[in-house]
Amino acid sequence: MTDLPFWAEIAVSVFLVIAGVFGLVGSYGLIRLPDPMTRLHAPTKATTLGVGGVLIASMIFVFATEGRVSLHELLIALFLFLSSPITALFIAKVHLHLREDQSTLPQPSDGLGWAGYTVETPARGVRESLDESDDAESR
Amino acid sequence: MLKRLFPHPLLSLTLVATWLLLVNSVAINSIVFAVILGLAIPAITRPYWPDMPRLRRPLVVVQYVFVVLYDIVKANIDVALIVLFKPRRDLRPAWVCVPLEIRTAEAITVLAGTITLTPGTVSCDLAEDGHAILVHCLHAPDPDAVRDDIKARYERRLKEIFE
Repeated sequence: MTDLPFWAEIAVSVFLVIAGVFGLVGSYGLIRLPDPMTRLHAPTKATTLGVGGVLIASMIFVFATEGRVSLHELLIALFLFLSSPITALFIAKVHLHLREDQSTLPQPSDGLGWAGYTVETPARGVRESLDESDDAESR
Repeated sequence: MLKRLFPHPLLSLTLVATWLLLVNSVAINSIVFAVILGLAIPAITRPYWPDMPRLRRPLVVVQYVFVVLYDIVKANIDVALIVLFKPRRDLRPAWVCVPLEIRTAEAITVLAGTITLTPGTVSCDLAEDGHAILVHCLHAPDPDAVRDDIKARYERRLKEIFE
């Protein structure tokens, strides 16, 4: 065991406990919330602070034991902030396509629809061109 | 000359800082490599990003970062409390359509990311013409208040920064 000063021991423990609690609550939310869209909220938020707490604890630990400032952790936080909204967006889009349609959503005011429904997606385009080539062959 | 060497000075600086953070040391060889990356990556990716916006108000950027960090902490606590203590029948999930005034693609991207990271909201889709954003709220008894909050707290600042 490394010799950690008392204040650092307390601070590291506090942040680790906070992080653990939020991580646990985020995962519990996955079970408890009623439908896919609300379930999406729990892990995207609660775990941000969960990971953040571990990172702060790690920075304090490195500072107290080795006496240098470790900034690795900021980078982890940055990548988390970049990736977590994108993951959430992907899941939300899948939900929009499978479980919702235009009639259950509020519409944008200027009469155009949501991009996910109206813009031709590449996947759909590819499938259509494949169908056409199938037709051509059968003829 | 300087313009050709550094088409995006801010991107170059970010890359240098990111690389130094990655190697987690400020030795001379890592600085040299960081500068090489900072020169090469913007030059290679320039054709894909022709009109990169410039940040007009650097101080507002700092302010925005702190507002968002504060909101993330608040969001975490709010969502945790809802998950733990709110009975399911009291939960009021809602779809909200937020009309946008910002037009820059980068600004809208930042706004969408911010919405997902902050209190009980996830951004889900964009209107066909990019003039509105679809947001799902975990618990919104008053959807209009959520919309006004997003516009006042984040969009106003992003408009100052990017446009």
